[in-house]
Amino acid sequence: MERMKTLSIQQSCDVDFIRRVEEVSEQKVSKCYQCGNCIASCAYTFVYDYPVNQIMRLIQLGQKEVVLKSSSIWLCANCQACTTRCPVNLDVTRIMETLRIMSRQEGTVSEPDIRTFYDEFLKSVKTFGRVFETGLLPVYNLKAWKPFNDLDLAPRLLMKRKLTFIPSRIKGRKKIAEIFERFKVHRNDGSFCKVEKVRPLSIVPLNTETDI
Amino acid sequence: MKRIAYYKGCSLEGLAAEYDLSTRAVCEALGVELVEIPDWNCCGSTPAHSYDPLLSAALAGRNLAIAARQGCEVVMTPCPGCLKSLKGAQEIYEHPKQREAFQELVGMEIDGRMKTVSLLQLLYEEVGVEVLQKLIRRPLTGHVVVAYYGCLLTRPAQVARFDDPENPISMDRLIQTTGATVLDFPYKTECCGATYGVTRNDIVGKLSGRILDMAASLGAEAIVVACPLCQQNLDLRQDQVNRHCKRTFNLSVLYISQVIGLALGIDPKVLGIDKLFVNPDCLLQNLEGAGDQASRERPMRQIGV
Repeated sequence: MERMKTLSIQQSCDVDFIRRVEEVSEQKVSKCYQCGNCIASCAYTFVYDYPVNQIMRLIQLGQKEVVLKSSSIWLCANCQACTTRCPVNLDVTRIMETLRIMSRQEGTVSEPDIRTFYDEFLKSVKTFGRVFETGLLPVYNLKAWKPFNDLDLAPRLLMKRKLTFIPSRIKGRKKIAEIFERFKVHRNDGSFCKVEKVRPLSIVPLNTETDI
Repeated sequence: MKRIAYYKGCSLEGLAAEYDLSTRAVCEALGVELVEIPDWNCCGSTPAHSYDPLLSAALAGRNLAIAARQGCEVVMTPCPGCLKSLKGAQEIYEHPKQREAFQELVGMEIDGRMKTVSLLQLLYEEVGVEVLQKLIRRPLTGHVVVAYYGCLLTRPAQVARFDDPENPISMDRLIQTTGATVLDFPYKTECCGATYGVTRNDIVGKLSGRILDMAASLGAEAIVVACPLCQQNLDLRQDQVNRHCKRTFNLSVLYISQVIGLALGIDPKVLGIDKLFVNPDCLLQNLEGAGDQASRERPMRQIGV
């Protein structure tokens, strides 16, 4: 009974949230009728706080806060099992991804370490044009306060000569940094592209989001 | 055969170097000309996707644009994660509301007709089982393996447009040409724990543990994979998985290109077999003609397909 939570649906229903999730993910979440194929397929339910079928139901009920604070949306691995098996052809994986992006923008990320790892990964791409695996791990370990994380792998990697100590920097790395810059402008004010018709993901300012 | 643009991706530069070595060796032996995309960049993988699919599409889009400049109509990548990003870019290019933003972000001309395939699809559809069968020099008869596809090679079906999303058989068929016995594997598309090796090792411990357990209980000598991340979780992290599950798995995990390369008679060193973590010697034993020095050289340089 520990996991049972009571929600006052009427008071906390955010209709705009339902509309935004459906608009950005381009999926009609209201089509979900709780058949349970997604939860039966999901390999990650054992680490989720809300199983994926409940996330779908919570969206239908407009429970923005519960959904965007959920750890499930950050622990979904995009394995596509739910999407493959949904009988009403909902792209459930895409809905989960939309929620993950929204939670970044609303500042409700439940798994900060995973976000840190993703951000450091992108910084590496922005700097070198390619990801520098050997450099990424220590930076992540420091930021996540896990100094000994994966240290056991180092001797084996060294023995197999799989650790590179110099990042592979591409000639066009400036071009990659420019893509990131153009993307930032585009995302922040929507003015980057004059005929841009896609609504920005969030109506709140993006100051809660970490910069990459 | 057509010239194929080759997008190897970051994994194949580092932890999956042997996937790159064996892909090149096998393609050369099969007469497939690979043109590495010059100055290719990272596709951004899951982190870019989780930031915004448009950013992911723009990063992958630059590679598609450079590939088109090389005069190639097909881009092949051995990595399913990279493939997903390339296909995501193509999807956004076809999206009426996002095409313009996407093109301005990439800043280069995109060719919407480009075909994107995995190495597995290239071997199965462009080369074909029949042709491959005729080129086998050193059969793996007597060896027993399972084929593990992972999540993304065939899913979601409308994006992958290849094989079956629930019960793929392409890799099974390709391995069968080598003479090895391929067991029915119920977990062939179950997730291995994906990118959580670094951030949530317990997840990989449990999920990869299940896959290793199933393969071991079926009596497989090795698991054959086509994804660098799956390989990393099952091979490099096998000791971590063992600690997590309190087990003593000792299963070698080879890339499909390595298995085919062995059967084509390519030198194991050229295929980077020595770069695997769990010793795959069991598969190298009893190879017909294995002691024959002549067959160790790359024998089939100019075979047109």
